[in-house]
Amino acid sequence: MKVAVVTFPGSNCDHDCYRALKLLDGVEPHFRWHRDRELGEVQAVVLPGGFSYGDYLRAGAIARFSPIMDAVVAFAREGGLVVGICNGFQVLCEVGLLPGALLRNESLRFRSHEVHLRVETTRTPFTRRYRKGQVLRVPIAHGEGNYHAEPEVLAELEGTDRIVFRYVTPAGELSAEANPNGSAHHIAGIVNESRNVLGMMPHPERAVEEVLGSTDGLGLFQSMVDHLTAGATL
Amino acid sequence: MKRFHVEVRVKPRPGLLDPEGKAIHHALDSLGYEGVAGVRVGKAIDLELEASGRNEAEARAREMCRKLLANPVTEDFELTVAEAPSEDAGSPSS
Repeated sequence: MKVAVVTFPGSNCDHDCYRALKLLDGVEPHFRWHRDRELGEVQAVVLPGGFSYGDYLRAGAIARFSPIMDAVVAFAREGGLVVGICNGFQVLCEVGLLPGALLRNESLRFRSHEVHLRVETTRTPFTRRYRKGQVLRVPIAHGEGNYHAEPEVLAELEGTDRIVFRYVTPAGELSAEANPNGSAHHIAGIVNESRNVLGMMPHPERAVEEVLGSTDGLGLFQSMVDHLTAGATL
Repeated sequence: MKRFHVEVRVKPRPGLLDPEGKAIHHALDSLGYEGVAGVRVGKAIDLELEASGRNEAEARAREMCRKLLANPVTEDFELTVAEAPSEDAGSPSS
């Protein structure tokens, strides 16, 4: 199974994503450059973290006009699996595949530490290996991860089971202290309406080996593989 | 073709949390400036456009704002258009 990892100028988690995918049996990651116009024969796409185009103007605002993005949008509209992590999430919002926007962290600080995430739904191709309510330890590293959307958009995300991860305490409780950036509804990750596009601020690819301190992120990539090989419905 | 200066001001939408503005407000308070009721931080973008006339310059700048310069989810924009002095008129030198 081939998975494309897109590198923009300023991406810095592309190799981490590549390595995480490489750990899985039968997965062949391939880099795609932002100037490429085609994804090739791939079954999934990862938009990695980093600071594409130096975060100039707004994080992700310029990357969304990269030549490769037309192919990514077309792939997503056809139902292909796309996951955007950190800067990749920002790009997915800017390009309109996901609703809302990511604002400056409420604290104004760049936050780089481990957080606890609660799996809010397993009804996605990215979380089927987890249990609903399971608490994951995964790192974050961002200055603009404060998820914002209009109240009616938030209500729709809630009502349609599209909030995938929320920031919680180690015990799995919601609290202001456990929300590292001030995100609305403690949102750490969401899917689109057809549930094939995931955006999340935390870095599952940095939690895939014991030496990294956690392997809780592995399930996300394994879920994608399960989904693509089993072809099960959501 | 004429040349126009377009000044675009991009601002966080009303009601949207602006932590940067809040931090500056606190700084002004701590410097002893009283009566500062609010601070909002946006950005200013200056464009130099060539267009046949003011209306065309403004229409093109608005399109650029909608497509790239402002994020409609979080930001509003306003702009002012001014015709640049024509180059053949020259500038006064002393």
